[in-house]
Amino acid sequence: MQRIGVFVCWCGSNIAATVDVKAVAEAAKHEPGVVFSTDYQYMCSENGQAMIREAIKEHRLTGVVICSCSPRMHEATFRKTAVSAGLNPYMVEIANIREQCSWIHKDMAEGTEKAIILARAAIAKVHLNAPLVAGTSPVTKRALVIGGGIAGIQTALDIADAGFEVDIVEKAPTIGGRMAQLDKTFPTLDCSACILTPKMVDAAQHEKINIISYAELDSLSGFVGNFTAKIRKKARFIDETKCTGCGICTEKCPSRKGLNDFNMGLNTRGAVYIPFAQAIPNVAVIDSAQCIHFRTGKCGLCEKNCSAGAIKFDQKDEILEREYGAIVVATGFKPIDASAFNEYAYSDSPDVVTSLEFERIMNAAGPTKGKLVRPSDGKHPHEIVFIQCVGSRCTEDATKGKPYCSKICCMYTAKHAMLVREKYPDVKVHVFYIDARTPGKNFDEFYRRAVEQYDVDYIKGMVGKVSVEQDHLHVQGSDLINNEQIHINADMVVLATAIEPDPTARALGTMLTASMDTNDFFTEAHPKLRPVESPTAGVFLSGVAQGPKDIPETVAQAGAAAAKVIGLLCKNELTCNPCVAHANEALCNGCSQCERVCPYGAITYEDKEVRSPEFRGIKRIAVVNGAICQGCGACTVTCPSGAMDLKGFSNSQIMAEVDAICR
Amino acid sequence: MSVNQEWTPNIVAFCCNWCSYAGADLAGSGRMNYPANVKIIRIPCSCRLNPLFVLRAFQRGADGVILCGCHPGDCHYSTGNYYARRRMTMLFSMLDYLGIERGRTRVEWVSAAEGAKFAATMNDFVKTITDLGENKKLEDLRCKK
Ligand SMILES: Cc1cc2nc3c(=O)[nH]c(=O)nc-3n(C[C@H](O)[C@H](O)[C@H](O)COP(=O)(O)OP(=O)(O)OC[C@H]3O[C@@H](n4cnc5c(N)ncnc54)[C@H](O)[C@@H]3O)c2cc1C
Ligand code: SF4
Ligand code: SF4
Ligand code: FES
Repeated sequence: MQRIGVFVCWCGSNIAATVDVKAVAEAAKHEPGVVFSTDYQYMCSENGQAMIREAIKEHRLTGVVICSCSPRMHEATFRKTAVSAGLNPYMVEIANIREQCSWIHKDMAEGTEKAIILARAAIAKVHLNAPLVAGTSPVTKRALVIGGGIAGIQTALDIADAGFEVDIVEKAPTIGGRMAQLDKTFPTLDCSACILTPKMVDAAQHEKINIISYAELDSLSGFVGNFTAKIRKKARFIDETKCTGCGICTEKCPSRKGLNDFNMGLNTRGAVYIPFAQAIPNVAVIDSAQCIHFRTGKCGLCEKNCSAGAIKFDQKDEILEREYGAIVVATGFKPIDASAFNEYAYSDSPDVVTSLEFERIMNAAGPTKGKLVRPSDGKHPHEIVFIQCVGSRCTEDATKGKPYCSKICCMYTAKHAMLVREKYPDVKVHVFYIDARTPGKNFDEFYRRAVEQYDVDYIKGMVGKVSVEQDHLHVQGSDLINNEQIHINADMVVLATAIEPDPTARALGTMLTASMDTNDFFTEAHPKLRPVESPTAGVFLSGVAQGPKDIPETVAQAGAAAAKVIGLLCKNELTCNPCVAHANEALCNGCSQCERVCPYGAITYEDKEVRSPEFRGIKRIAVVNGAICQGCGACTVTCPSGAMDLKGFSNSQIMAEVDAICR
Repeated sequence: MSVNQEWTPNIVAFCCNWCSYAGADLAGSGRMNYPANVKIIRIPCSCRLNPLFVLRAFQRGADGVILCGCHPGDCHYSTGNYYARRRMTMLFSMLDYLGIERGRTRVEWVSAAEGAKFAATMNDFVKTITDLGENKKLEDLRCKK
């Protein structure tokens, strides 16, 4: 029999005004097992806690019931109080007589009656409580960063600077992400490569950072602090240790028809290529679908010309198995496919380009060496129309666009308009926009500069149609402010296409059991208070993978995610939630039902020797890994033999509460 | 419970810890009213609710039982409420077969932000049960101590 103490809190008048606390304490005295019962003004105060501690010692209490505010407020407080008096923290139960009683009911008699019932239920439960000891699990002091864009690079640098090992797994042949493709960056117009490439070099040279490029996560097991990842390092048909990045092979390759994805397909490249001059690692890669050797067994010019002997046509995908304590998702984004927008003639004319293509055209290292020319005929354009919100804030057709605002397009369009006007003052620039959204430090000033200083023609309205004519594009739109139809004969049209998460995000989310929203952006554990953590313990979020954002925001979030990872990796061990499931060996028949419903894969099976009145011998039994189990209880209900139960919320405890309430 | 003019129903509400229990707390912080005959039992997730607990409540004289959990897709454990929904659908049709009116049981999704929905749900549920009157069926099975 337990020796139970009951402590009824007044919470000033919060409880005492509608619940007769003395009557509750008195009623509790008559419950079985209760050896002490009292009331006090503020149970959570230092004095209140001292009173609980003394009572635990004096009356040798084995269980404590606090009738007070919600356990969500002070359960942790009172558990600590119990510990300081030598009692196991899980021998404390809270009866919620404030949020779920005194604040709800105006009538004193009603409130008091209900409070007594709630106290009774808590007493009935505590009778069946057992001391629980939280287990611990070790922490592997290494982080995995998935995605090597600016988000991943910054997160990795910050974690590595704190002294922890980091692996960056990047699916492309080089790190750098989208930022490497940009020309200048708003709102300062500094050159993107000039600020990115030093960071890429820092990451490559950092002794704690290991870049695994041209690789993707194949599978993941484990849990916070103890993940095991299998990483598929795709065959690049080049020995990375031998390749010096001289680029001879890329010049000699006769198969020149591959679309250069770094330049958004605006020009072509050889079958063996290095994505861009500052690529990291600066190692070539062979596109086997394009390579003549892979198709016909002939050619091999690259192999003949590589003085380092780095070409390896027989290279195979490699699976690396690595252990991690924390994982950061930094998989970024891609622009949506603009060809769904027939009205803008994207598929019909090479002179209709997306903004990212435009970045490449304006970039000194791009396909036109930074010279602004029409893709169709290489001529200098005289009039350019920018169309904003192509596929963003698109609520009418979900197959075409996205319901959300892509956040960066207003700013980069202002940037593009300004860069054009700065370099080519003779070019007329029009921008069709729905709203110009410029919240951000120095953002509105930037946009106003485009309008006022650079004389960019901002037209509030939508473009109805772009038609391809003999020597130009005919743009037909509406000006909502002047309420008139506008016709422009443009040489180029630039579409500010919406951005969406990387197409691999959903599969990755499933692998990590990290939740994502309907648009496939990863969701945060709390939208305000835990913005860089995923609800899955040990998984953190960085950059556009979590939602559209620009570079400054990405870098800020990357640092925040790193801080969370460092906080985790600093610990030598993690305390686990002791309210976990466990199978009664005598009852379990190894049917595997529980394993199927567990969302965390916490249940495995073992052949165990069992000696019980019902069974003697070896049988297959469910074993719950207490470090993985999150204590949801799904398995306990599924179990057909009643073998699985949940500590802290056991079948008998819940039944006792039901009985007490229905008495 | 004896039948007299003063009869009020006894209602057990199982609330998942992460959403609905917090929603119930919010109803309290907002000083919203619902009848005192609703008593809440906290469970980690709606999927912790064993149908036997519902049967037990009816055997012991509860007049109504309600399960509240996170909205579909929002379960703290991702999938718990989908299991709960399926299990309760099965249970409710069995209770129906046993002669316990369908209205005496309910599953409702209440988020941690929906204090008002929690209070409104409870007001409505209490009214439904009051209209249905005292529950006898399972007590008649002589299960009551
Ligand atoms: C046209 C345009 C202009 C812009 N201009 C500006 C500007 O002027 N100023 C500004 O502040 N911002 C600008 N931005 C926004 C900027 O590009 C982003 O904020 C930034 O690139 C986000 O970085 P990220 O690392 O989150 O994503 P990304 O740059 O997309 O990097 C993600 C990386 O992860 C890799 N990856 C994806 N999936 C996987 C996987 N499953 N496994 C392994 N690796 C994976 C990708 O290959 C990529 O390298 C612009 C964007 C666009 C489209
Ligand atoms: S309680 Fe939930 S998390 Fe734990 S083993 Fe059972 S199903 Fe898995
Ligand atoms: S469901 Fe129950 S009986 Fe079946 S394996 Fe799991 S614990 Fe054992
Ligand atoms: S935690 Fe609320 S339903 Fe699962």
